[in-house]
Amino acid sequence: MSILPQLLFVLILGAAGYILYKRVSFLRRNIFLGKKETRNDQSDKRWKTMLLVAFGQQKMFKRFVPAFLHLLIYVAFAVINLEVLEFIIDGLTGSHRIFAPFLGAAYGVAMNVFEFLAIAVLVSCVAFLIRRNVMKVERFTKPEMKGWPAMDANLILVIEIILMFAILTMNATDQLLAERGVEKYTLLNGLVFSSLIQPLFANMSDAALIAIERFAWWFHIVGILGFAIYVTYSKHLHIFLAFPNTWYSNLKPKGEMQNMDEVTNEVNMMLGIASEASAEPPAEIGRFGAKDINDLSWVNVMNAYSCTECGRCTSECPANLTGKKLSPRKIMMDVRDRADEVGKSIDAGGPGLEDGKSLLGDYITKEEINACTSCNACVEACPVNIDPLSIILQMRRYVAMEESGTPAQWNAMFQNMETSFSPWKFAPTDRFNWADQVKSEEVK
Amino acid sequence: MAEMAASGESPEILFWVGCAGSFDDRYKAVTQAFVKILNKVGVSFAVLGPEEACTGDPARRAGNEFLFQMQAVANIQVMNGYEVKKVVTACPHCFNTIKNEYPALGGTYDVIHHSQFLQELINKGKVVLQGGGEFKGKKITFHDSCYLGRANDVYEAPRDVIKALDVELVEMKRCRTKGLCCGAGGAQMFKEPENGKKDINIERTEEALATGASAIAVGCPFCLTMMTDGVKNKEREHDVKVYDLAEMIAKDMGI
Repeated sequence: MSILPQLLFVLILGAAGYILYKRVSFLRRNIFLGKKETRNDQSDKRWKTMLLVAFGQQKMFKRFVPAFLHLLIYVAFAVINLEVLEFIIDGLTGSHRIFAPFLGAAYGVAMNVFEFLAIAVLVSCVAFLIRRNVMKVERFTKPEMKGWPAMDANLILVIEIILMFAILTMNATDQLLAERGVEKYTLLNGLVFSSLIQPLFANMSDAALIAIERFAWWFHIVGILGFAIYVTYSKHLHIFLAFPNTWYSNLKPKGEMQNMDEVTNEVNMMLGIASEASAEPPAEIGRFGAKDINDLSWVNVMNAYSCTECGRCTSECPANLTGKKLSPRKIMMDVRDRADEVGKSIDAGGPGLEDGKSLLGDYITKEEINACTSCNACVEACPVNIDPLSIILQMRRYVAMEESGTPAQWNAMFQNMETSFSPWKFAPTDRFNWADQVKSEEVK
Repeated sequence: MAEMAASGESPEILFWVGCAGSFDDRYKAVTQAFVKILNKVGVSFAVLGPEEACTGDPARRAGNEFLFQMQAVANIQVMNGYEVKKVVTACPHCFNTIKNEYPALGGTYDVIHHSQFLQELINKGKVVLQGGGEFKGKKITFHDSCYLGRANDVYEAPRDVIKALDVELVEMKRCRTKGLCCGAGGAQMFKEPENGKKDINIERTEEALATGASAIAVGCPFCLTMMTDGVKNKEREHDVKVYDLAEMIAKDMGI
């Protein structure tokens, strides 16, 4: 028995591990291009949120059909990956189905479960391909989905289908070989699903079967490693990031906008109110609001990498529904693409953030952010608790306070508020006039 | 408030009227209706009158944090000066801002929306309804305001108030957590919408009309304006009315 396959396996595993390590470091560094923000309070509630929303897929089930199909793929992914452990041990030691003798009959049951899940994934992926490409569900065909995002989604589905076929082919040929008593192959009692495709291979020679079985085995494991690397370039990162992303969810009421303490200091100084912070020297003068990804919080950037472009946010956005340019999904995709661009530039020794471009302007326009009604429909809709609204409002702050670039009608509203303490131009002394009528009625 | 403070009284609650409630002709009627209810029930309350200023909500949502905080700090100074403990308001935007955003600036109060307050009064038997009056048995739909619903998870109080009127509450397709915005939040009330194929309030009004309701109930001055405009746009103002919850209760009480 040659040791070559084992050597090859070690090499492939090592190379995949190295690439993955580089990719994870890249993503991690990109996320931390965002500003520091501490969100470690209420850890009980955070674990609970993660369990319900990420692990339990709670918010997915607002739309039952895709949620159910997605659940099948999710469970299959988690369960079938147990088998990857066996693949790796087999690959390293040259053994074959090393767990089979230890688990006895349970092994056969497990394999049947895996095969059932493989079929479930096949069905779900085909259904998803149909939803995207034949039914053309509206949220999958918005302008921001043109090109790579649509391709990315289809590629993932196709890869998953091929990987599942590899498992079934491997099991079918493996069992044919076992039935023929070929050395090393273990007969498992009745693999329900793969036996259905056995007739395809029944007339082949042992050698041909071994070749197919080995090819399917290698294809599957290399495919999984390749897929793991692919995921880091893809919207599919949500399979990992959904967990930290939900842990770091915003637990405050959705209507609350984060206070800008740097502004509070200045307001207090202007009004002559002593505050705890005003005694300290002013911190490093940063920007008000967000122009680029480094003005956002790291949680905002992690949100962007967690987005799987499902578009539930956009499909519930009142602005988008009525034909405005704003799409919360596009906001998230833009943040991610900008973070990627900056990260790549830094790694190539380039200018990074100083490349003359910025998130607001080159990726996101004022027309988009101005159309937001801050209604929180996007935040509510997101299955992994992404908060596009926070990013939109931070950019509005930049436009208002750094560029004085808000629409003229808003400037007029600001002026009214400054002069008459109301967004409308009414005399503040008239504020109580409504009471005249009540009083006169009471006199009657 | 100033008068009460001068005479050494401290009212149980501060009714935060808000700018729309003070100046908008349509919403002034809501303020009046709510005050009549309070008077009828004998709640000890006060208003700030000319000492009240905009909470700053639209300025903050439009990005002007400075202006927001200037407004907020001034309001907080006034309220803290009167040692205000409990605030009730008929505007979800004021409600959200005072409840959630003033604490960071030194103003912490127990803040409730008038729908919650009305629900309390009904539950405690302080407001006894006459069985719906002109609304009895009619189909009424409730439009969730974003700043009451999603922003603060208040979905049932306004519905309970409506149900107390012995009407048939019909829901729109998008309601509660999935409620569709009227189009005015996030300072949109104060500017024209961006280019698109439709105005948001029209989309929402169409949905409300599709329920076949004879009245659309709201709990927010902006929603009231947007839905009223929407109904007018659809030329249905003769048979579909838009009311605030307080108006409906006051009508039923015959005040």
